[in-house]
Amino acid sequence: MITVLANPQRFLAFSRVAAPILGALAAILAAAALWTGWSAPDDYQQGATVRLMFIHVPAAITGMLIYGCLAGSAFFGLVFRHLLADAAARAAAPLGAAVTLLGLITGSFWGRPMWGAWWVWDARLTSYLILFLFFVGYMALQASIDDETKADRASGILAMVGVIMLPIVHYSVLWWNSLHQGETIFAPGGPKASAVYLTPLFLMWAAYSLGFGALWMVRIRGEIWRRRAQALAVQGAR
Amino acid sequence: MPNFELGKYAVYIVPAYAITALVIGVMIADTLLRAGRWKREVEKREAARPGKKSKKA
Repeated sequence: MITVLANPQRFLAFSRVAAPILGALAAILAAAALWTGWSAPDDYQQGATVRLMFIHVPAAITGMLIYGCLAGSAFFGLVFRHLLADAAARAAAPLGAAVTLLGLITGSFWGRPMWGAWWVWDARLTSYLILFLFFVGYMALQASIDDETKADRASGILAMVGVIMLPIVHYSVLWWNSLHQGETIFAPGGPKASAVYLTPLFLMWAAYSLGFGALWMVRIRGEIWRRRAQALAVQGAR
Repeated sequence: MPNFELGKYAVYIVPAYAITALVIGVMIADTLLRAGRWKREVEKREAARPGKKSKKA
């Protein structure tokens, strides 16, 4: 599949159909998540703030998923020197930064009423902030180097280094004493939350993931066209 | 049926949802506008090439 789609023309043809389908599915799932989530009863401890879980947790997990996609693309770009892989990495970065920032902001709005603080230098929060900074650093490095090949190479190496943050973020609540709640969704023995909350949570998580897939494809298409336009501009100047 | 009674927590929940909607809206708009702009640029440059027609992807 990856080999087939590595051809830009095939990718353009595939994504032209796939991106709108994924986008429509994401919208339907998000609507279902909002309906079930806002119909769920208040939590006995957290009250109505439990509704923040339906936007915070999917954003937090999807941010990590996007970083995995960014690093995976950067790896293929570095090893196989494939332009589409570099375009995919470049396209994932702004989406990842935005979703990770959403995870931080919505977490802050949840932390204030529950912990009494907008921010604490807790292991989970701090490691997630560092993950966000890796996205920003990737984009800054790309923007700071004029030669695109060199920029892709340097930022790809940075993206590979940042992969270390994924297990650190995930296990931070186990490795250190944390104010952030422990494993809930991926807890050993299954999720610890009630089905009435898990249903909208998983629906919204699927919506975020599919929505990212749709936007990622459109941004890769934009990257392919940008590179083609620049190549045509160079040809025209000769 | 959805319950919009948020009590004292409305001040945290409503802005969080509003910011989420805003950021997602900006992401969608930026992605579509950016891709559309480069597609038009390619079409314009291909049309300007002598003896070439623009390809539709």
